[in-house]
Amino acid sequence: MPAADEQTQVEPASDELGAADLPWQTVVWNDPVNLMSYVTYVFQKLFGYSHDHATKLMLDVHHKGKAIVSSGSKDKVEGDVSRLHAAGLWATMQQAS
Amino acid sequence: MKAWRRKGARMVAGFEQQEAAVLRGLVSQMEDMLQARAEEAPQDELSELTGIKAGPSTPPDDPVLARLLPDFHRLDPDQPTQEDMDSVAALRSLHEPELLDAKLGVAEVVLQTLGPQGGEVRLSLEQADAWLSAINDVRLALGTALDVNDDMPDELPEDDPRAAHIGVYHWLTYLQESLVQAMTR
Repeated sequence: MPAADEQTQVEPASDELGAADLPWQTVVWNDPVNLMSYVTYVFQKLFGYSHDHATKLMLDVHHKGKAIVSSGSKDKVEGDVSRLHAAGLWATMQQAS
Repeated sequence: MKAWRRKGARMVAGFEQQEAAVLRGLVSQMEDMLQARAEEAPQDELSELTGIKAGPSTPPDDPVLARLLPDFHRLDPDQPTQEDMDSVAALRSLHEPELLDAKLGVAEVVLQTLGPQGGEVRLSLEQADAWLSAINDVRLALGTALDVNDDMPDELPEDDPRAAHIGVYHWLTYLQESLVQAMTR
């Protein structure tokens, strides 16, 4: 599946303040359409996770309703969410609290 | 059709003419919806000058399109913060054009590799990935339109207006599951 291009961005001034130093998280939410096998495959393919780790994350999504599947800088997580959207998963990003 | 099988580096399956017509029809319909959304994107001199496309800042009203093009944040339904609302609008405007391009691209791979008459389809791994994404998009679209939930039975009562379509949805599920299995075996 096509990966999103790296985005070059100008950060807004407010991001220079303290809260923006917290890492960002990629959250995948459960939905009734996406197949368990496909979700596992996407986690392996996009993030290079082992089958076991990808399966554990998929089961968290399925049973707990969501899972944090990656984290890091705002740019990195934004790219991860973009690629998950291209794969059809319901993903959002949030700042770690 | 029978399940996908792996032959070396190729994924192979045979399609009846009717199956090809159904899949091509659904993929084309989805392409039309995505294309119409792409044409709604604001046109301005700056984006023409820079070549950087800016998408709309608000989600589609249509629930099917909204599921295919999700928000980047999950907003608090009661009291979303202004910061989150600004960010969700900015991220959509920035990323939606590339997401539309990606979805239109994988749809086109299906239409180019599956002829109107059906027959044998042989996919490289890259094409198979495009198929997985495109079938998933069509299932999301149909699943949203049919209001599919976790407790959906295999068959619906005859008087349910969705009864005629649920079979197609289950067939797409089989098509996708079988392809994932063939690729990961």
